[in-house]
Amino acid sequence: MIKAILIFNNHGKPRLIRFYQYFAEDMQQQIIRETFHLVSKRDDNVCNFLEGGSLIGGSDYKLIYRHYATLYFVFCVDSSESELGILDLIQVCCYFFKMLCRKKQMVFVETLDKCFENVCELDLIFHMDRVHYILQEVVMGGMVLETNMNEIVAQVEVQNRMEKSEGGLSAAPARAVSAVKNMNLPEIPRNINIGDINIKVPSLSPF
Amino acid sequence: MPAVSKGDGMRGLAVFISDIRNCKSKEAEIKRINKELANIRSKFKGDKALDGYSKKKYVCKLLFIFLLGHDIDFGHMEAVNLLSSNKYTEKQIGYLFISVLVNSNSELIRLINNAIKNDLSSRNPTFMCLALHCIANVGSREMAEAFASEIPRILVAGDTMDSVKQSAALCLLRLYKTSPDLVLMGEWTSRVVHLLNDQHMGVVTAAISLITCLSQKNPDEFKTCVSLAVSRLSRIVSSASTDLQDYTYYFVPAPWLSCKLLRLLQCYPPPEDGAVKGRLVECLETILNKAQEPPKSKKVQHSNAKNAILFEAISLIIHYDSEPNLLVRACNQLGQFLQHRETNLRYLALESMCTLASSEFSHEAVKTHIETVINALKTERDVSVRQRAADLLYAMCDRSNAKQIVAEMLSYLETADYSIREEMVLKVAILAEKYAVDYSWYVDTILNLIRIAGDYVSEEVWYRVIQIVINRDDVQGYAAKTVFEALQAPACHENMVKVGGYILGEFGNLIAGDPRSSPLVQFNLLHSKFHLCSVPTRALLLSAYIKFINLFPETKATIQEVLRCDSQIRNSDVELQQRAVEYLKLSSIASTDVLATVLEEMPPFPERESSILAKLKKKKGPGAVSVTELEDSKREGGELNGGGDRGPDTSAMSASNAVSRHSVTSNLSYVFQSTPSPSADLLGIRSSAPAGTAPASAGNLLVDVFSEAGPAAPSAAVNDDGFLRFVCKNNGVLFENQLLQIGIKSEYRQNLGRMYLFYGNKTSVQFASFTTSVSCPGELQSHILSLNVQTKQVEPLVEGGAQIQQVLNIECLTDFSDAPLLNIKFRYGGALQNLTLKLPVTINKFFQPTEMSSHDFFQRWKQLSQPQQEAQKIFKANHSMDTEVLKAKLLGLGTALLDNVDPNPENYVCAGVIQTKGQQVGCLLRLEPNAQAQMYRLTLRCSKDSVSRRLCELLAEQF
Repeated sequence: MIKAILIFNNHGKPRLIRFYQYFAEDMQQQIIRETFHLVSKRDDNVCNFLEGGSLIGGSDYKLIYRHYATLYFVFCVDSSESELGILDLIQVCCYFFKMLCRKKQMVFVETLDKCFENVCELDLIFHMDRVHYILQEVVMGGMVLETNMNEIVAQVEVQNRMEKSEGGLSAAPARAVSAVKNMNLPEIPRNINIGDINIKVPSLSPF
Repeated sequence: MPAVSKGDGMRGLAVFISDIRNCKSKEAEIKRINKELANIRSKFKGDKALDGYSKKKYVCKLLFIFLLGHDIDFGHMEAVNLLSSNKYTEKQIGYLFISVLVNSNSELIRLINNAIKNDLSSRNPTFMCLALHCIANVGSREMAEAFASEIPRILVAGDTMDSVKQSAALCLLRLYKTSPDLVLMGEWTSRVVHLLNDQHMGVVTAAISLITCLSQKNPDEFKTCVSLAVSRLSRIVSSASTDLQDYTYYFVPAPWLSCKLLRLLQCYPPPEDGAVKGRLVECLETILNKAQEPPKSKKVQHSNAKNAILFEAISLIIHYDSEPNLLVRACNQLGQFLQHRETNLRYLALESMCTLASSEFSHEAVKTHIETVINALKTERDVSVRQRAADLLYAMCDRSNAKQIVAEMLSYLETADYSIREEMVLKVAILAEKYAVDYSWYVDTILNLIRIAGDYVSEEVWYRVIQIVINRDDVQGYAAKTVFEALQAPACHENMVKVGGYILGEFGNLIAGDPRSSPLVQFNLLHSKFHLCSVPTRALLLSAYIKFINLFPETKATIQEVLRCDSQIRNSDVELQQRAVEYLKLSSIASTDVLATVLEEMPPFPERESSILAKLKKKKGPGAVSVTELEDSKREGGELNGGGDRGPDTSAMSASNAVSRHSVTSNLSYVFQSTPSPSADLLGIRSSAPAGTAPASAGNLLVDVFSEAGPAAPSAAVNDDGFLRFVCKNNGVLFENQLLQIGIKSEYRQNLGRMYLFYGNKTSVQFASFTTSVSCPGELQSHILSLNVQTKQVEPLVEGGAQIQQVLNIECLTDFSDAPLLNIKFRYGGALQNLTLKLPVTINKFFQPTEMSSHDFFQRWKQLSQPQQEAQKIFKANHSMDTEVLKAKLLGLGTALLDNVDPNPENYVCAGVIQTKGQQVGCLLRLEPNAQAQMYRLTLRCSKDSVSRRLCELLAEQF
C-alpha cells in the first residue's frame, strides 16, 4: 500500500502532499520533515530506495523517490509494493502533472522520457487542484487504480469536458477521438493486435 | 511563468499564491496567511450567500494554506455544500477538500454520507467515482457502516461501468482494511475472484489488490484465485509485446499487473493441481529466460519494468522453496545484478539474495558470490546498499566462511555509518558465537569488537562473552591473558574494563604465574582504570577486588588499603560506599574458608536462547530473523555453550549465586541482593529447571519445601488476600498451589448470583475422592440460603491435567458480613488433602447502581445523617492512586460512579442499592484521595448501619 505521496522542493517546501493513511496534521508535518531530512542528504546517483523513517510504519516501510531538478517525488510504501513498479509509477505521474498543468493537448501519450526532467515546481502549486485530480486517476486509497496511460488520459479528458461545459468559458472544441488512433507514436507500438484478451481501444467518449 | 491569469484559473487564488511566494520572510508569510484566513472566515460567515465559484476559490486557498503546513479548522461545511452540488467542478473540489482534510465531526460525516449516497445512486459514473474515491480516501468507520454492504453490490453488478468497478474494488479494499468486521463475505466473494478474468485490464489491476488482501485474511475462501491468476499470468507472459496494447509499457506487457499477480500467488503454497503448477513453472521459466534476452529498448523504463516482474518472480520462487532448479537460476540471475551498473538493481539483488540464502537449495549458490558482496560492502557509495550487503553477508555466513565474513565485517565497522553500527555489532557478535570452532577466536573477535566500536557494544554482548568464558574451561586462561593485554592500551573502552574486571576477578589466577601479570600487576592495571569509569563499572571493579583477595591473599593488604580510603568508604554513592564497607569487613572478619565459599567460582550459566539474538530480533521486529536462523542458533548455540539471558550483572553475579547456594549470613545476603541483582533471572532459572528434578538452588528448595508442606499436612488455609482481591471483580484465580488451581467466574443480578468454580488438577496424577462442600458460618446460615451445588456433587475423580466445573447458585436474603467457606477434600498420591477457602461472596455483589444528580445525592446524603449510619476510615494507599485504576475499582464495586457531583473533582462519589430478598439498602460512598500524603478518606452512608460498617471494612483494603 502507498501510505503517502510527498512532493517537496530542494528546500523541503511541500508542493503536493497526499496521505492515504490517517495521520493528525502535526504528525503529517513531522513526517514530511523527517522524509525530507532522509532524502535530501543523499547524493543524486545513489539508489532510489531507502528504509523509511520511524514515523510512518517502522520496518515494513520504504521510501521510493526520484529527484528531478528542484523537486523530490517521494512515495512512502509498505513491503507489498514492487520497488521498481513504484519507480515507474512516479514517472507516469510526473508525466501527467507536466502535461496537464501545461494544458497541452492531452489526447495522446507522447514518449515519456523527454518530459520528466523538468516538471516545474510552479506548475504544481498553481494547479494544485488539477494535480490532485490527476493523481486520483492513478492512485486511490493508497492502491494503484490504473496504469494504462491512455485510459488515464481518457478519464481526465472526460473531466476536462465536463469542466468546460460548466465553466462556459471558451468551450474548446471536442477533442478529436480519431486523433488518438491515427497518431504515429514512436515508443508505444499501437498496431492493435488483440490476442486472447479482448482489450478495449481507449475510447475517449463514454458519455 | 505559469498560467496566472489563464481563463480557467481562479485569479484570486493565483494572486494569493504569488503573494505568498513573494513573501521575504517566514513572518511575512504567516501574516499574509492569517490575513487570508480571516478574509475567508468572514466570507464564509457573511450574510451574503457565496456562489459556487467563490466557494471553490476559497476552498482551494484553504487547501494551499494547508499544504504549507498550517492547520485548517474550518471550511468543512462549505466543502460539504460544494460536494453536494450538482455541478461537477464544485463536487470535485468539495470531495477533494474532504479527502485531504479528514474531519471526524460526526454531524459532518452524516452530511457527507448523505451526499455520497446520492452520488452512488446517481448512475452518473463520474459522480459515482468521485464518491467512491472519497470513501476510499477517508475510510472512516462511519463510512464503512454506511456503505460496506452497498459497495460489493456495485462491484459485481453486471451493468456497472468498468471505471466504476475499478473504483469500487479499491474502495471495498480500503473499507475491508479499516473495518474488516463490517465487510461481510457473501455471494459477491466468488464473483470478485472472477474479476481476474475480466476483459478490462484496469478492472483486473484494481481487483487484484482487493483479492490479495482478502486472500491473506481468508486463504481458504479465495483458493480458486490461484488457478485464475496463473492462467492470467500465463497469458500476459506469453503474449508478444504488442498484444496488450495500452497496457504494454516500453515493450513489456502489463508489468504492473504481472507483479501483482505474482504477489497474489505468494499468499499461497505451490498449486497442488499438476497442470496449474506446470503452467506456472513455465511462466517463471519464461520470465527468467526473458531476463537473458537482449533488451528491446535502451530506456531505463524498459529495464525497470522487466526487472520489476523478474524480482517478483524470484520472490515467488523463494516463497515456494521447492524447485531447486529455479532457485539456482534465480540465484545466478541475482548474481548478475550484483555487478549491474544500476544501483537500484544492486540494492534489490542484495535484498532478494538475503532471503535466498536461507533456502537449503540455494544456500551454496549464494555463497559463491561472497567476494562480490564483500566488495560491495567496501566500495558502494550508498549506505543503504552497504547495509543490504552487510545483511546478506550475515545471511550467507556459515561455518565454512565465518572467519572471513566476521573479519570483513569487523574491518567495515571501523568506517561504518553510525546509523548501522549497533546492528553490525550485534551481528558480528552473533556470528562469532554461532560459528566459533575455537573459542580463542571468539574471544579475540569480541574484544576487537569492543575495541573498535565500544560505544555500540550493548550490555547483552559483553554479558554474553562472559557467559561463554565461564561455561568453557578451555578458553578461560586465554581470555584472561587477552583481556589483560587489551587493558594495557593507554585508552580502552569502559566495556573493556567491565569484561576485564570480571574475567580477571574470576580467572586472574590462571595467568598469575607469569611475573608480567602477577596479581599485583593485574590489580594495579585494573585500578588504574577505576577513576575514569562510571559508577556501575566501579561497583563491578570493587567486586573484582574482593575476589582478588580470595584468589591472591598477597594482595589483601593493598586492596584493603584501597577499600579503606575515604574516596571509597565515604563515597557519596550509596552503592559504592556500601560495597567498600562490606567488602572491607568481609575481608577482615571472614576466615579464608568462608571467603573461599562466598566467592567461589561462578557456576555455569544455564542454556537459553542467546540474549543478543533476542535483541537483534527485537530491533528488527518479529519475522526479521528467519526461522531457519533461529533453529540454527538453537542447535549450534546449544552444542557450543550455554546461553543465558542473564547478564553477569556487576558484582552480584558471583555473590548472589553464592548466597543462594550457600546461604551466608542474612546480613551479607542483603548486601549482595541490594545490588541490582538479576532477581528476575533467578526466577527464570528456577522456572527453566524441569519439574521433578532435584532443585538446583536453595531458592528452589525453599519453594519446594513450602509447597510440599502445604498440601501434605491437612490444613485449613484461609485465603484472606485471595478473597479480598475479588471484592471489586468477579472473575479470576481464587487459589493456586502446586497441586490445584481454583478459578472463579461469577455473575449477580438483583439479590441472586451464580458462581462457577473451576478446579484444575495441575499434576499428572489423578485426585481421588474429590469432594467439595460449602458452609455458611454463624449468622450467615440463615442469610445466604441455598448455596445450591447444582451438579449433585462434583465427580470424585479429577484426572491429571483435567479441570472440572461446579456451579453455585446464591441468593441473598439479608445483609451479611461473613463469607461462606468452601471446603475441598481429595486424595493425592495417598495423602489426604484438605483445604478451606473463603468464597468471595461479599455484600457489595448485590449492588444495583443508581444514577443521580448532584442535588439528589446531597439531599440523600443529608437524610442519612444518623451517626451510626455513617462509617468512615482514613487509611494509607496500598495501590496505585491512578485515576483510571480507581475508577475501574469503583465500577467493579457495583455502584454507579457519579460525575460532577462532588464539588472537588479529585473526589469520587458513588451510589447504589443493595438488593436482598427482604429489603433494599441504599448506599452512598465518597472517596477522597490525597495524592500528596498517599492517603484516602473513605465515607459511607447507608440506610442500614451494619452495611456501612461492612462495606467500609471491605473497601479500606482495596485502594
